[in-house]
Amino acid sequence: MIPIKVLVPSGVLGLGFDLEALNNGVKNNPDIISIDGGSTDSGPYYLGSGTSKYSRAAIKAEWKSLMIARKKANVPLVIGSCGTCGTNKMVDWMENITTELAEELNQNIKIAKLYCQQEKNFIKKNSQLRKIFPLNPAPMLTDQLIEEMTNIVALAGAEQIQECINTGAEIILAGRTTDTAIISALPLMKGANPGSSWHGAKVVECGALCSTNPTSGVVMVEFDKTGFTVEPMSKNAFCTSETVAAHMLYENADPYILNEPGGYMDVTYSNYYNIDKKKVRVEGAKWHPSKQYSVKLEGAKIAGYQSSLLVLLREKKYVENVKKWTDKLSKFLKKEINDRMDIDTSEYSLEFRHIGLNSILGELEKNIRSPVEVGVLCLITSKNQISTEIAKLINPFLLHFPLSSNEELPTFAFPFSPVHSDRGCVYEFALNHILELDNPMDAFQIEILEV
Amino acid sequence: MLTLGEKVRKIRSKNAGPFWITIDIFCGNKKIYKEVCNKLTNSEIINLLMISEQQLKRFEIDDLNVIKFSFPRKIIQGDIFDRDMHGAQLAVLLSEMKF
Repeated sequence: MIPIKVLVPSGVLGLGFDLEALNNGVKNNPDIISIDGGSTDSGPYYLGSGTSKYSRAAIKAEWKSLMIARKKANVPLVIGSCGTCGTNKMVDWMENITTELAEELNQNIKIAKLYCQQEKNFIKKNSQLRKIFPLNPAPMLTDQLIEEMTNIVALAGAEQIQECINTGAEIILAGRTTDTAIISALPLMKGANPGSSWHGAKVVECGALCSTNPTSGVVMVEFDKTGFTVEPMSKNAFCTSETVAAHMLYENADPYILNEPGGYMDVTYSNYYNIDKKKVRVEGAKWHPSKQYSVKLEGAKIAGYQSSLLVLLREKKYVENVKKWTDKLSKFLKKEINDRMDIDTSEYSLEFRHIGLNSILGELEKNIRSPVEVGVLCLITSKNQISTEIAKLINPFLLHFPLSSNEELPTFAFPFSPVHSDRGCVYEFALNHILELDNPMDAFQIEILEV
Repeated sequence: MLTLGEKVRKIRSKNAGPFWITIDIFCGNKKIYKEVCNKLTNSEIINLLMISEQQLKRFEIDDLNVIKFSFPRKIIQGDIFDRDMHGAQLAVLLSEMKF
């Protein structure tokens, strides 16, 4: 086979990349340009609400550079997980940006859109047919839970991206996709070593994070019959056998195994060595196809409506007794909320976090010392929008609540007005399951358009 | 007595998907790697993180002089009670351990 070169501009669209390095990449004749557009890494909000983490302006500016690079290289440009969460709406959002840019740049382009969103009835049906299996750990899948989810997506793999490549599209806008599939799809199609195709894809899925200079972004990975070679495109970045091997550890619970649609990759017997100062060669990964094809599902549902308040304490007596103060205040507030608003504690959650003491590690914190000042973050989450009203009820007590009854009323520091912030609807992840498919395209659809 | 963080080159932690946390201890060289492998017990880690023994996965990666621990999160990423979405500050607990 002729080796296949995949140019990866950065770990995700929106994070930025070195333009000079991108130009170097184009000069090195890639066969495809692949970039990730999202993940679950930023939490459940984006899938729950079906929105992008990055601003449209940032996405458009970077996509413009990539559309220019694609035209120059005259190869396909692929983005996976459009708009962070990869819902259908975000694929269309990316199409809208692409169409605007095509007009600005005077380009005529054939676009393939890959839709990965799942209908609730389709998921219910497959659940009844016992085609959906939990991973560890996973919530119990019931029809009610499926009904509560705002968005469900299936992660496309190499097969679905290959279907898109086969349409002859110049730009592929894919919904939720595994980070690696957009990179492994073409080399797998062209007969590269399967284990190495997935391994190389995993190494460069975060762009130059596998090099000595992570922020430079751009890397090229070349796949062949026996392995792959990875090289950063910035003149200030270098790959070493250690930076490349270490990337298998990153964000991966198992350092040897990577599960993908259709099987898993094992890097236990991989060899890494430097070809020169910049390039690393890797061989030895094995691909184990599974008997039954399956894809992973992601879903999110509304956890509630949230409001927050922040008060700052500097007075020594209160700083030293802040835990006691909030325990007492919490008990008092729950009674007030019940008496004045007729809301039972089962309908909301009220939580105090002590910033300066253990607000990050909570009960795991080993090193609690009395600080000069402490911030008390009060979080109210309710099933309906009543959290705002609860926050307003809490406000005066957070400002003036005394530790003892025989003291002058204290006043603490509110850092801004209004003190309460409505955080709106908050979400939670509700699926960690796989869906078995007879045919890889059974849960996915492709649409073609020319602009 | 040194802390584990002073002994090794680097300790990092990170979410591995919404449901898992993974911790990597980069020992820096073979001698320290062997020493940490021998001395650092699973029971110390489960006490520190308040997890059960069955939940803890331990990997010793000779080629990289790395010891890796992975375990399911008690609170799923982004849950209303989650305090650190990316779990990256958790590494400090291991760094400050007496070794």
